[in-house]
Amino acid sequence: MALSIEDIKKIAHLARIEISENDATATLTKLTGILGLIEQMQAVNTEGIVPMSHSQDVVQRLREDVVTKTNQREAFQKAAPLLGNGSIQQAVDSGLYLVPKVIE
Amino acid sequence: MINSSLKTLSQMLAKKEVSSVELTQAFLNRIDTFNPDINAYIALDQDKTLAQAKAADVRIAAGSAAPLTGIPIAQKDIFCANGWKTTCGSKMLANFVAPYDAHVISQFDAAGAVNLGKTNMDEFAMGSSNETSYFGGVKNPWDFTRVPGGSSGGSAAAVAARMCAAATGTDTGGSIRQPASLCGFTGLKPTYGVVSRYGMIAFASSLDQAGPMAKSAEDCALMMNVMAGFDERDSTSLQRDKEDYTRDLNKSLNGLRVGLPKEFFAEGLDASVAKVIEAAIAEYKKLGAEIVEISLPNTGLSIPVYYVLAPAEASSNLSRYDGVRYGHRAAEYTDLMDMYCKSRAEGFGAEVKRRILIGTYVLSAGYYDAYYLKAQQIRRLIAQDFEEAFKHCDVIMGPSAPSTAFKAGEKVDDPVAMYLQDIYTISTNLAGLPGMSIPAGFSNNLPVGLQIIGNYFDEARMLNVAHQYQQVTDWHTRMPELQLPQGTK
Repeated sequence: MALSIEDIKKIAHLARIEISENDATATLTKLTGILGLIEQMQAVNTEGIVPMSHSQDVVQRLREDVVTKTNQREAFQKAAPLLGNGSIQQAVDSGLYLVPKVIE
Repeated sequence: MINSSLKTLSQMLAKKEVSSVELTQAFLNRIDTFNPDINAYIALDQDKTLAQAKAADVRIAAGSAAPLTGIPIAQKDIFCANGWKTTCGSKMLANFVAPYDAHVISQFDAAGAVNLGKTNMDEFAMGSSNETSYFGGVKNPWDFTRVPGGSSGGSAAAVAARMCAAATGTDTGGSIRQPASLCGFTGLKPTYGVVSRYGMIAFASSLDQAGPMAKSAEDCALMMNVMAGFDERDSTSLQRDKEDYTRDLNKSLNGLRVGLPKEFFAEGLDASVAKVIEAAIAEYKKLGAEIVEISLPNTGLSIPVYYVLAPAEASSNLSRYDGVRYGHRAAEYTDLMDMYCKSRAEGFGAEVKRRILIGTYVLSAGYYDAYYLKAQQIRRLIAQDFEEAFKHCDVIMGPSAPSTAFKAGEKVDDPVAMYLQDIYTISTNLAGLPGMSIPAGFSNNLPVGLQIIGNYFDEARMLNVAHQYQQVTDWHTRMPELQLPQGTK
């Protein structure tokens, strides 16, 4: 299936990446090339083949249900981004992260 | 000293012929001289580095040194190191100071090794030339107009230019082996699950694997002794007994069955590279190896399969970069959605965005079966090809990359041409097998790497196979003649 500019914009929105009209056009050409490469797969008959997600046949390990982590909120919040929109404050307040208002 | 093996350096440290501080300073001086041109390191912190060297000297004096105590190692900037800037080559993490250590970093710390600095890389390890790094490309020490390969291009240039004793890398589709080939040193990607991915910034989780990049097989074995081992913090880390990767280095290769896949010598391989590889195979015959022709019929499909699976996993892994808790947040935005979309548009480079978009597309409603599931089915066919091949041989050999180092800028606008760089390496990642690249000679003064692929958990044997070759050849001891920058004494 050939991709259109509208498809690129829709995918970019799903991926939460802003894309300009110019970038969408350039991206269309590159993605079409890459999808052409991927298309080679369709010639292979894979009926009945069990999909392989991992090379080793292992099961998910379980651990004891005990506390293993300590609270490191302060250390982790040091990496918080700047608030933006002209503010040079970090996007944290009273141990919480600040984001634009989502509930009116 | 800068060209000495890890074993020699370790002995010199033990005999107090040199201190770790002196050794570390020698490498730091070399970095000072050559890094401004080569751009292999993107984070240096002399105080932290020298403090580790001093601590190593105390440990050596106390008689409690481990084999790598006091040895200066370069760390790929994909590994979180507490208090170090950890960027993964991206603007998204340009100001991120890691608040914890990756398992690999803790292992080197526990061994008493010295962290020389963080090395440049393709953004989020997506690239084969180091040109997608937000911090600029890396020059190949053999020819400054050429790329070092990627994604571990900074570690590769640091090893080749002797700006470290050894380095770490990661390999999702060839990112240790292809740069090892293009820069002329020894690199090993272990079996998937042997080295913990904890604290290693995720690209494609079912393929990512860390490994050593060093001057020789023996050095890689010593590095593996530190890096490998079970870690409960990585759910895909394999529970296995600790191994000594040096244990088989000196075994004879008499009777070793070497499989040559005909698909690795077909169209697309540079003729001068093929010649070097053939000469290396001839050397192995002299060492007693027996050559077996094998076939890996689905090799050509490994690239299409990879470019479904890796972007799909990447689009999921990289969804965490939303500008909320860490990483880049746009300077201007109107609401939450706008903040996400602008932060990600600004924070990611072109290649990373392309891969996120491909991943999002192949995972989107209606396409999952045609792309993702189909790719996982062919992945099994590729793994079965190897299973069949290993019934007839002990190791597989071929080229690591289709050509020698290419010119900077040459493939940057053609993603598909760039992706073909990994034609010989990707299939082992898909199968989860170990692979390595060792220096096998030169073509037009540029290094050529021989790839050695082993069966699952056969790293010790592969290191033996590489070490025996390095006992009778000297390609791995060659180093580029670096021009001192103008104005340097």
